[in-house]
Amino acid sequence: MFESRVLGTITTINMQKALQISNLRKTYANGPEALKGVDLEVENGDFFALLGPNGAGKSTLIGILTGLVQKTSGTVSVYGHDLDREVSQVKASLGVVPQEFNFNAFETVINTVVFQAGYYGIPRDVAMTRAEKLLRSLSLWEKRDQPGRNLSGGMKRRLMLARALVNEPKLLILDEPTAGLDIELRRSLWDFLIDLNSRGTTIILTTHYLEEAENLCRNIAIIDEGRLLTSEPIDTFLRKLESQVLVFDLSQAIQECPDLGEAMPCVLKDGTRLEVRVNKGVTINQVFEKLTHQGLMVESMRNKSNRIEELFIDLVSSKKETLKA
Amino acid sequence: MTSQQKWVAFCTIVRKEVVRFMRIWTQTLLPPAITMSLYFVVFGVLLGERIQKIGEFSYIEFIVPGLIMMSVITNSFSNVASSFFSSKFQRSVEELLVSPVPDWLIISAYVVGGASRGILVGCVVLLVSLFFTHLSVHSLPLIFLFLALTALTFATAGFTNGMLARKFDDIAIVPTFILTPLTYFGGVFYSIKLLPGIWPTVSKFNPILYMVNGLRFGFLGAGASDVAWPTGVVILGIFMVVLFSLNLYLMKKGHGLRS
Repeated sequence: MFESRVLGTITTINMQKALQISNLRKTYANGPEALKGVDLEVENGDFFALLGPNGAGKSTLIGILTGLVQKTSGTVSVYGHDLDREVSQVKASLGVVPQEFNFNAFETVINTVVFQAGYYGIPRDVAMTRAEKLLRSLSLWEKRDQPGRNLSGGMKRRLMLARALVNEPKLLILDEPTAGLDIELRRSLWDFLIDLNSRGTTIILTTHYLEEAENLCRNIAIIDEGRLLTSEPIDTFLRKLESQVLVFDLSQAIQECPDLGEAMPCVLKDGTRLEVRVNKGVTINQVFEKLTHQGLMVESMRNKSNRIEELFIDLVSSKKETLKA
Repeated sequence: MTSQQKWVAFCTIVRKEVVRFMRIWTQTLLPPAITMSLYFVVFGVLLGERIQKIGEFSYIEFIVPGLIMMSVITNSFSNVASSFFSSKFQRSVEELLVSPVPDWLIISAYVVGGASRGILVGCVVLLVSLFFTHLSVHSLPLIFLFLALTALTFATAGFTNGMLARKFDDIAIVPTFILTPLTYFGGVFYSIKLLPGIWPTVSKFNPILYMVNGLRFGFLGAGASDVAWPTGVVILGIFMVVLFSLNLYLMKKGHGLRS
């Protein structure tokens, strides 16, 4: 487990937008239009999820923010600095953890972090102090003299996080930061990020683990085929859920599926596992009342799938149908 | 970035490059020392004793500045070409591209890093040569000037190669098919005065001739040089400005770096 006490700096919360994107378009040379006029705003101090299926345009959008992809048109501003006119200030405000490993595999862990600090003009003595703090926090200090290629997958991801934080960015962009990590490491990383965010760092996260977005983020944007489908607080987004499927583990096996009424159709998966679709407007208490009325005792209960996942699939497929029509 | 921050960034990139070639010294510093020792043994000692003096200098004295220059050219070029291409290949160049370091500073720092290796290898070859002959020094400032200008120019050319290369084979093409022939025909092993017919005139179109002779002038004086050293300085200056501008253009365009 790694500690989540890192930089010890507290950023003054103000109302300035961390990120403002307006009518952002990107057409690759001889390729498709990856972004088709995206508008997006992220508040200072937010923990923001950017979701979308593969090929939706998320990485292109992040690439534009970090200067690795050249936009075709539109405007981007980070903490009030325009990407076209003040690229240096924009870059100085950002920290980036990319999806794929992109450090020099032959360089030592400590040098990878210290050199990165140097690229931001941070003097070597300050860089060394920060690197030690970060590497200790992320349980990499013991590996500091090892070349990057000797690290495990989880360690490599943490190394990229340490590297992204060494310039103390106001806005941290994480592109699938927990991909391939086991549950324990993923949760440790979540704690680390929550703490970082509570200290004032704005975080934008792309992930395929929708549970991750629900647990960490306050606001969410969904992008698909280069278009922004929605951008709103996660709570508001979840309220759109028309129904959810709950799985009840019963204490005693039953032979037939009970009749809980039209508002909560159910399926008996095996003798002790009952799946109930609970439509919007029906409370969980009402479901329990019905089950109790039928003489059924419940040992445990869970959502069949992640709520965001259900909404995400609904939203993406319904928008696709609308576009086809 | 403030000037102070730019200086820190510059020093960091140079340091990174120096750390890289020192870490793999068996690939970067040792091979030229061995190769040049063989040149000194074969051409200087075994064959050189049977070759008559060139001007007032023994053959081995004559070829030492050329061999030093050959090492400087090859090592400055290949250091930057391979280092920058590797960083593209591994995508670690993105560490620089996401940072606020301006393009001109990235190029300059890579060039100084590569030139450091070229000059260091040049010094190693110089030390090796002392086992085989004694060296006179005609003008120390001129020696430094030619070593530095040549190393910087070919490191800048190496950066261009690294930018344009799409696969590892591409960074071997220029040294093999352009640099090596030009260096061998650039008067490293002979004076162009010994060439027949139009070949002395043709040789004067080879820019490396001026660099080799510039350094030879610095060590041995005017008696050993085929061309005027100021011409060499002008040629190196022009090459450096043109190549640096080309690199800036390629970086701005994001050639092979940004989509």
